[in-house]
Amino acid sequence: MTFSDWIKSGSPWIWLTGSAVSTSLILVFGMLLLILSNGLGHFWPKSIVQTTWQSPQGEQLIYGVLNRDETLSAARLAEAGIMLPEGQEFETRYLFKVGNRDVFGVDFRWLIGNELGEFQFPADAALVERREWGDAIGVIQGLRQNGRSIAQGDSSYQMIEQRLQDVQQLHETLVEVQKKDIGSINYRLERLRLKERKYELDNALTASRQAELAEQRAALQEEYVELEKKMQQIAQQMEQGEVELELSDGTSHAIPLKEIVRIYHPNSMNIVNKFSFYLDKFLEFLTEDPREANTEGGIFPAIFGTVLMVMIMSILVTPFGVLAAIYLREYAKQGVFVRTIRIAVNNLAGVPSIVYGVFGLGFFVYFLGGSIDEIFFPAALPAPTLGTPGLLWSSLTLALLTVPVVIVSTEEALSRIPQALREGSYALGATQAETMRKVIVPMSMPGIMTGLILAIARAAGEVAPLMLVGVVKLAPALPFDGNFPYLHLDRKFMHLGFHIYDVGFQSPNVEAARPLVYATAFLLVAIIAVLNLTAIMLRNRLREKYQT
Amino acid sequence: MRNADTSLSILQSSNDKEDKRNSRRRLLDRLTRYGVALGGVGVITAVGLIFFYLLYVVYPLFSPAAIHEGGSISSPLQDEPQWLAFEEQGKIGFVVYKQGVVEFFDIESGSRTTSVKLPIETDVAVTSFAKGESSSNLFALGLNDGTVLVAELDFDISYPEDKRTVSPSILYPLGNSPVQLDEQGQAIMQLAVQKYDGLLTIVVQRQSGVIGFQSYEIEEDGFIQPDEYEMVEAEVAQLAPRAVSLLLNRAQDTLYIIEPNGRTYFYDLFDKEEPELIETLSIASPNSTITATRFLVGGISILVGDSRGEVAQWFPVRDEHNRLKLTKIRTFKGPGGAIEKLETEYGRKGFLALGEDGKFALYHSTAERKIFEKQLTSSKIKSITLSPHNDLLALYTEGGEIKSWHIDNPHPEVSFKALWGKIWYESRSQPEFIWQSSSASDDFEPKFSITPLAFGTLKATFYTLLTAIPLAIFGAIYTGYFMSPVLRGKVKPAIELMEALPTVILGFLAGLWLAPILEKNLIGSFAILLMLPLVVISACYFWFKLPESMRTKLPDGWESLLMIPLILIAGWLCIALGPYLELAWFNGNLPQHMEVNWGISYDQRNAMVIGIAMGFAVIPTIFSIAEDAVSSVPKMLTEGSLALGATRWQTLVGVIILTAAPGIFSAVMIGLGRAVGETMIVLMATGNTPIMDFNLFEGLRALSANIAVEVPESELNSTHYRILFFTGLVLFAFTFFFNTVGELVRQNLRKKYGSL
Repeated sequence: MTFSDWIKSGSPWIWLTGSAVSTSLILVFGMLLLILSNGLGHFWPKSIVQTTWQSPQGEQLIYGVLNRDETLSAARLAEAGIMLPEGQEFETRYLFKVGNRDVFGVDFRWLIGNELGEFQFPADAALVERREWGDAIGVIQGLRQNGRSIAQGDSSYQMIEQRLQDVQQLHETLVEVQKKDIGSINYRLERLRLKERKYELDNALTASRQAELAEQRAALQEEYVELEKKMQQIAQQMEQGEVELELSDGTSHAIPLKEIVRIYHPNSMNIVNKFSFYLDKFLEFLTEDPREANTEGGIFPAIFGTVLMVMIMSILVTPFGVLAAIYLREYAKQGVFVRTIRIAVNNLAGVPSIVYGVFGLGFFVYFLGGSIDEIFFPAALPAPTLGTPGLLWSSLTLALLTVPVVIVSTEEALSRIPQALREGSYALGATQAETMRKVIVPMSMPGIMTGLILAIARAAGEVAPLMLVGVVKLAPALPFDGNFPYLHLDRKFMHLGFHIYDVGFQSPNVEAARPLVYATAFLLVAIIAVLNLTAIMLRNRLREKYQT
Repeated sequence: MRNADTSLSILQSSNDKEDKRNSRRRLLDRLTRYGVALGGVGVITAVGLIFFYLLYVVYPLFSPAAIHEGGSISSPLQDEPQWLAFEEQGKIGFVVYKQGVVEFFDIESGSRTTSVKLPIETDVAVTSFAKGESSSNLFALGLNDGTVLVAELDFDISYPEDKRTVSPSILYPLGNSPVQLDEQGQAIMQLAVQKYDGLLTIVVQRQSGVIGFQSYEIEEDGFIQPDEYEMVEAEVAQLAPRAVSLLLNRAQDTLYIIEPNGRTYFYDLFDKEEPELIETLSIASPNSTITATRFLVGGISILVGDSRGEVAQWFPVRDEHNRLKLTKIRTFKGPGGAIEKLETEYGRKGFLALGEDGKFALYHSTAERKIFEKQLTSSKIKSITLSPHNDLLALYTEGGEIKSWHIDNPHPEVSFKALWGKIWYESRSQPEFIWQSSSASDDFEPKFSITPLAFGTLKATFYTLLTAIPLAIFGAIYTGYFMSPVLRGKVKPAIELMEALPTVILGFLAGLWLAPILEKNLIGSFAILLMLPLVVISACYFWFKLPESMRTKLPDGWESLLMIPLILIAGWLCIALGPYLELAWFNGNLPQHMEVNWGISYDQRNAMVIGIAMGFAVIPTIFSIAEDAVSSVPKMLTEGSLALGATRWQTLVGVIILTAAPGIFSAVMIGLGRAVGETMIVLMATGNTPIMDFNLFEGLRALSANIAVEVPESELNSTHYRILFFTGLVLFAFTFFFNTVGELVRQNLRKKYGSL
């Protein structure tokens, strides 16, 4: 084959179009791989590097977890204020997580390769995860209590571990009392206040009622005092000593056990240890509350908020979407009007989500919510009850956003049901309503489900409108708890997608937050991918079923 | 017979039952019909509501201002009113008379509340009057013995029995006797006074024509201690004794002395010891005299009304030598006749002008807009004022009557030009497009030009489509026509899965992962762009040079799979070699090189990042619609073409692309709609600075991201809030238009294929 033949055959151009597909595929799978590796890699215990650094003040010891490294040209390093010796064109710099933010001021440091000594991995290097101030890295020297050293060196590890477990259990009890019991008392006190205000507004605050309220309040106060005593007791029990940690600068720091989440020696862990550590961390990520401005701990409230919001949205969107689709396909006279509406509905799926957010804020929150507050919750004014962004309005806004998805999908399912089935039903004497209920709707169920799943997948990933109608970076309480009426539609909530935005872009310590954002992103992608794949499978099954 | 009878009756009763059941069924059927219709129409209406609600919120921006009559009261004193004004809520009004009396009244009920005589000796007369910045309630009286009395009205608000009660009082910042400003005891002919931030300045023109000023430092610890001020005095100008206007700004660092013929002296008083004459110029139009002057709120612009009935706005602008020059910014046509009085609105850049023939007009300076004009009364107007909330207008007429009107003018800042045009904002050196909606200061001039935001959206969309269109459409063509069906069944869902990916994740990756990588590997990235087509084409050539037996191992339509490792290797090579190329050609740092040598600035979060990230989000949209269009081209057309001897490529160009063109067009339209409205990616991967520069390496601020950032903090029903809703409406209309076009084309295409 000659060159001109080859050109004439058009093959190069075909290959070129083919490369577009390849590039797209590389993009998709590359991105998934990126999220997967970064998101899941975060929980794996990383070794602590010990090395020396030739600082301007002399040689320094460095303990740190190697975060990443990059090789840069001399000019780029010069821009960052690092001068390389003459003649050297490239140098690698390393980002270490050195921890100990309370002592060193920064917990991440870029260090340039030519100033670093050999990397060593001492077995006794320990990483202490704290409730505040991030991680501490150093070598454990012993355990102190009341100013006296009670255990030293390696032999203290066992004792520290035991006491730590003890303290942690106490901590859990403490948090439970704080959140559940005290939270409940505060909630009931607030309700009493609203009740009183309501009586006042109705001019019905009689002396007997006042006395009754005062009595209830006193009872709650008493309960509160009781709980406070209990908490003090627990706090006292938690004073079980301080871990002495020698930092890289040679100083020793005492960390109270009650401030420690976990201690581990990554350099001396074997693969089994590491694996169980990994599972432990992953579980913490899924089930715990966030700590330290969302950069540590878990994302349970965000998962919970996302799921609850999506559930309420599904309850709202399904009946209405299906009703609209049945009307359009089965009842309305097919003509220009219905065709126009169909185009409009299709288009609404393409209207930017932020526009729905603006609408939700103006119409639902300010207009509907404000009116409802005036009519039903005058006692709480001027503090808004429903006249402020919250769970209900978020669900409603997203329901509106996803209703076109359900309509389109249901309509498609309805159109695939052979006309003969309808005619058969009529021929047997069924009315249209009966045909709908007994034949058409059950048969289109997979299509409806597909629509719903797609709607859920879209809603779960949507962030822009929620920023206006209800998500917050840190919600003080879950929207569902043990206090009557259990489901608090007026509360603000946390959301996985918003969590990514907030932690990744609004956090003061982006470097510390980054791994958690990847992990959150991974979780969100996983949820959405599973939902979408389910929808695709359902759709395919439906298509096969009614293939004519 | 009996038998038959019973059976008949049984039949009868069962018929009855049947009938009943049937009618119930019919009823149920009808109910369902209505229910479904109601529900269906309801949902569709609810969705349509979005548009109408947005319109409803936006409408007041463009509705005209209204005015209607309020209360009135007649004054007991036959005296010249010097100043008529209102307290914060517009309930209590007051008039300062030339005799040195302050009258307080309640305009709604028409009752007088108090009257206070100012501490002026009976044998001295008031020769001049000045008031401070409109929000300060400060005024001063210049007396004929060379003294000045400075007073401040204070309104104490209390709530006895839950009723708002305002009790007025008068404070004297410099003590309750007049201060001497002229040693010789010459009468004070003209006066200006300002008090702000612990500093009080009085500027006077004495009978001799000499202009001087004094500044006092006032300790603001709740008490005003007259003996704890420092005094500075300076003579600023020696002018012929004639009536000049003295304009002192609130910060007391700028003084304009304007003579009736338009000659203006522009002084910098920042250094009170050494005032500096910056410029002397004439601000009058030819053949006119200056009849009224006033500082606009904020103390930057001055308004100048002249005998020809024009109002001009001037403010100092820095020229190319960085010198301040008082510059005429814009003129407004007055209400008719020479301008008699100018009054400013409170807290915003509006003002009113009163003409010689008794007509008044309301303006907004930034919006360059005359809001309305009206003749309110036939008698001569001695004083005119607006209340602090700008919702009440009051007049003092010659007969001693005070009349008020309610003004409904909530959004004067909005005009077509203010939203879309270039506006010369205060303290800027030229007219510009600026979006800057709020700041910490009250006197801030909001800059509501949507153009830079719309530009940002278009820029983001342009670069997005630049990435997405080639990849998506070439990909769709290949997938729809060349790819083997087995592979297609796997590739399509994979690319469609892209569409489901939350954009917040794309935005996060673009901002925190891609942007730094691109910055470091800029040259590598461009190398990829250049090399990829070359690599692919040469790979194709070598493939065809391979022996037939090897080639046939790979069936037709699997080429793209073969290319994945190839592209990966080529991409990796480009990135790996990038730093060496950069070192060889650009001194090791391309962004810096661009900045220094070509003047192209480089932001880390720039339009290129947006193009790639949002391109990623838009590719699946365009891809799946275009692929539908390509793969549903009827088989007989392509087979016909192949049978006539065309190659596959010729068939593609000559038949498929032509037939599927409308579908591809609609795919692009719908992709465009998606790019325009995308929020999270532009929010996270740009610097969100509203600049007007098409530079690929600079950031932008898009309409959608702007809404997400600003709506939560905008005040309900404020102009800012409504303008943000307006931008939402613009986005809605924009996407709706493109989607509709796309959808209509697609439906027509389907019909056409249906007939084939």
